[in-house]
Amino acid sequence: MIEALIGGGLIGLAATTLLFFSGRIAGISGIFGGLLRPTEQGDRLWRVTFVLGLSLGGFAMLQIQPELFHNEAPRSVPILVVSGFLVGFGTRLGSGCTSGHGVCGVSRLSRRSIVATLTFIGSGMLTVLCLRWIGMS
Amino acid sequence: MAHSFVALFVGILFGVGLAISGMTSPHKVIGFLDIFGQWDPSLIFVMVGAIIVNGLSYFFLKKRPRPLLNHQFHLPTLKVIDGKLIIGSVLFGVGWGLTGFCPGPALASLTTMDQTPILFVGSLVAGMAAFEIFQRVLNRSRS
Repeated sequence: MIEALIGGGLIGLAATTLLFFSGRIAGISGIFGGLLRPTEQGDRLWRVTFVLGLSLGGFAMLQIQPELFHNEAPRSVPILVVSGFLVGFGTRLGSGCTSGHGVCGVSRLSRRSIVATLTFIGSGMLTVLCLRWIGMS
Repeated sequence: MAHSFVALFVGILFGVGLAISGMTSPHKVIGFLDIFGQWDPSLIFVMVGAIIVNGLSYFFLKKRPRPLLNHQFHLPTLKVIDGKLIIGSVLFGVGWGLTGFCPGPALASLTTMDQTPILFVGSLVAGMAAFEIFQRVLNRSRS
């Protein structure tokens, strides 16, 4: 629980830093997905370095505490592919993911983000329930 | 250039935060979503921690005329709760529940070289690209 709170605090600090310096929302699906879209000059490099940083931060923690990346519930290849596809399509259609809506949007008390966050947590819970029913979880 | 350095630093901080918080362990995320089973509510505190820090600072930041390195804030302007928001969020939630990965933790886990984050990120890109195509087709049929 305390790790969750500290990690969350760092995520909040990261989002605040981006807003303070660049005036941007730290929404990962938006920053990453923006790379697939023809954008104006100078709008690409920061997206690339952000994603690079995300992987680097993960890499640093992997060296210090590899068990943080352990996966006790690995999924089959077809499920992984469907899952990634739905997350990619869904976050772009719904304009955000856990970071953009769940952290940044809820912090700004945006009604859209609060509704989106409750919706994806709800549908995530229903999905896990269904997996449990068919004996996959 | 300065923006790219800020973004690099923010990305690193974000990645470290995601790992420490437990979000890079998909089974923990599934445990959090498993409200009708063996529910592990600890990940609520990730959002609580992030929202305390970010919510308080947003309250002060929004009074500033502009960010330090930019002429203006780039904040979302849409207010309407529409079908796209709801359907998109439902689909995202289904994908999230299937593996326990959302975009950030998956990208932060890429250097493990495990099959799970690599395949997930590959399909994530495909899903995002499919959305771009979907939107272009939609725009064309409207105009």
